[in-house]
Amino acid sequence: MPEIRNYTLNFGPQHPAAHGVLRMVLELDGETVQRADPHVGLLHRATEKLAESKPYNQSIGYMDRLDYVSMMCNEHGYVMAIEKLLGVEVPERAQYIRVMFDEITRILNHLLWLGAHGLDVGAMTAFLYTFREREDLMDAYEAVSGARLHATYYRPGGVYRDLPDRMPQYQSSRWHSQGDVDRLNRNRQGSLLDFLDDFVARFPACVDEYETLLTDNRIWKQRTVDIGIVTPERARQLGFTGPMLRGSGIAWDLRKKQPYEVYDRMDFDIPVGTNGDSYDRYLVRIEEMRQSNRIIKQCIDWLRVNPGPVMVGDHKVAPPPREEMKQDMEALIHHFKLFTEGYCVPEGEVYAALEHPKGEFGVYLISDGANKPYRVKIRAPGFAHLSAMDEMARGHMLADVVAIIGTMDIVFGEIDR
Amino acid sequence: MQAQELLEQLQARFADTLQAAVVAQGEVTIEVAPADLPATCTALRDEKNFHFEQLIDVCGVDYLAWGETEWATEETTGTGFSRGVDARTAGRLPGLEEELSTETPQQDRRFAAVYHLLSIKNNQRLRIRVFAVDDQLPVIPSVLDIWSSANWFEREAFDLFGILFEGHPDLRRLLTDYGFIGHPFRKDFPLSGNVEVRYDPGQKRVIYQPVSIEPRVLVPKVIRTQAGEETTSDESDRRGQI
Repeated sequence: MPEIRNYTLNFGPQHPAAHGVLRMVLELDGETVQRADPHVGLLHRATEKLAESKPYNQSIGYMDRLDYVSMMCNEHGYVMAIEKLLGVEVPERAQYIRVMFDEITRILNHLLWLGAHGLDVGAMTAFLYTFREREDLMDAYEAVSGARLHATYYRPGGVYRDLPDRMPQYQSSRWHSQGDVDRLNRNRQGSLLDFLDDFVARFPACVDEYETLLTDNRIWKQRTVDIGIVTPERARQLGFTGPMLRGSGIAWDLRKKQPYEVYDRMDFDIPVGTNGDSYDRYLVRIEEMRQSNRIIKQCIDWLRVNPGPVMVGDHKVAPPPREEMKQDMEALIHHFKLFTEGYCVPEGEVYAALEHPKGEFGVYLISDGANKPYRVKIRAPGFAHLSAMDEMARGHMLADVVAIIGTMDIVFGEIDR
Repeated sequence: MQAQELLEQLQARFADTLQAAVVAQGEVTIEVAPADLPATCTALRDEKNFHFEQLIDVCGVDYLAWGETEWATEETTGTGFSRGVDARTAGRLPGLEEELSTETPQQDRRFAAVYHLLSIKNNQRLRIRVFAVDDQLPVIPSVLDIWSSANWFEREAFDLFGILFEGHPDLRRLLTDYGFIGHPFRKDFPLSGNVEVRYDPGQKRVIYQPVSIEPRVLVPKVIRTQAGEETTSDESDRRGQI
């Protein structure tokens, strides 16, 4: 009688459903997963060590590249940690801008997650739909920071600059007639806030569209209902945060429970799941997009009527305006010192956490009083989630592994760091 | 204040095991000896006052280069730019063979693991710092039995700092390459690494070779004591240093 042995399968690192560079060694009994051993680190860039070798402000750009689909939230965690240690109070308008862009980022992240997750389990159309809306939000990123992805917009003490009064326009070319361009520019005639207002007004209908495609879709439900169930007890044990925790029915959201910036003034709800399966996590994230939309609307309304500074006036931390530098020796020295040496942060340690689209993103900062951090530890939500892969995938079919990777919302920039 | 309350509760409950307990920036930090860690953590997880049911993060720290600077700021020197380029510091290591000069590190022990706990029930956070006793062979008991999330966090700290978590069933490297030598986040590990990879056309395979780039520091590390609380009246001394 022949001996029956488990089959070991190497999944990734170059697999379209591996969401980047995930190598997984799967032990299969027939088509059932007996053990999953993720090998990570293929995208390890030692961000934390690089940050130790640079003045504080020069590492903000690295934060964008952690979770490269929710850039500004990463920056937010890092600058919040610095501000906490420096004892800097951020101007109110900058706090509203940050909250607004955090929520824009959340929608950006969830849209990419939805599209990619759909694609993983065979729903091609949703992907095309979500990228249509992502485009608008990335234009907002671009208008405010000059970059569509790696914005480096948040700075310790506020944000880099105020919201622009006009949106960049499309221009006609050999491929785009004036008529096409006018149509594209129709909602770009006013300021960034007008543009976002227009977006906020039409976005709920877009979410309805995605839901029409997926929520009651038989195939979608077959692929996600009862897949990767995590009980609330296990979710806590495994260090789950964000939608992964809420999908298991625990109403925990740092925006409500440990509010930072101006989240305590925002009106929004926390969706929670009941079964802790992939479908519930899908519903939670869909609802989060609607709630984020509400928050953005509230921020727009406030920002319209409340002008003010967006950066602290302390030039030991924030650079002086260029105009001032032409006149004032003091300002010129401040600028020079800030950009050559940076600022020294008082000795101490701090942990700043925020509700990142994927979960709790934390930055643990240790300073020995120098102009460079002594140690930066980035607590990436996806790291804890992926470490539960073995437990979640065990007993499922090979094809469900892909659905579980999808539901975890894995991005390797933050896991490997 | 919530943090102060938690601190008092901790001091009352763990009176004989706490090595330090402070509140800074509204965050509670306690220090325990490695031997006391498992018992303390079990109590912190299960007891009603604490109920820290989540281990949010484990962070390795190497205190080797604590307080070390690369630029003289206290006194004036006549040497100009070279005052910032000579010192052998963590940022510009020539290679592994040369010892790093550590004059007076403020901490007497080198490696620590820092645990961040979160209580969902009580909405509280806590930080535990554990210094490994032996610098040459840093060993800290694993908390994997207490929180499952410790699995990868401990593997990461082992990989990057070489801290051994006693009792971890699967303490493999996590983030670095297969066959990697050394622990890259230690302060005596050069930023540029020790080896680089390239394809060798002669041997027709990828080979490892010593790094060809020089370690260098773009911005020297400085510590200015009055930073942060500077007022405009300090401006004149500050300018004297520029």
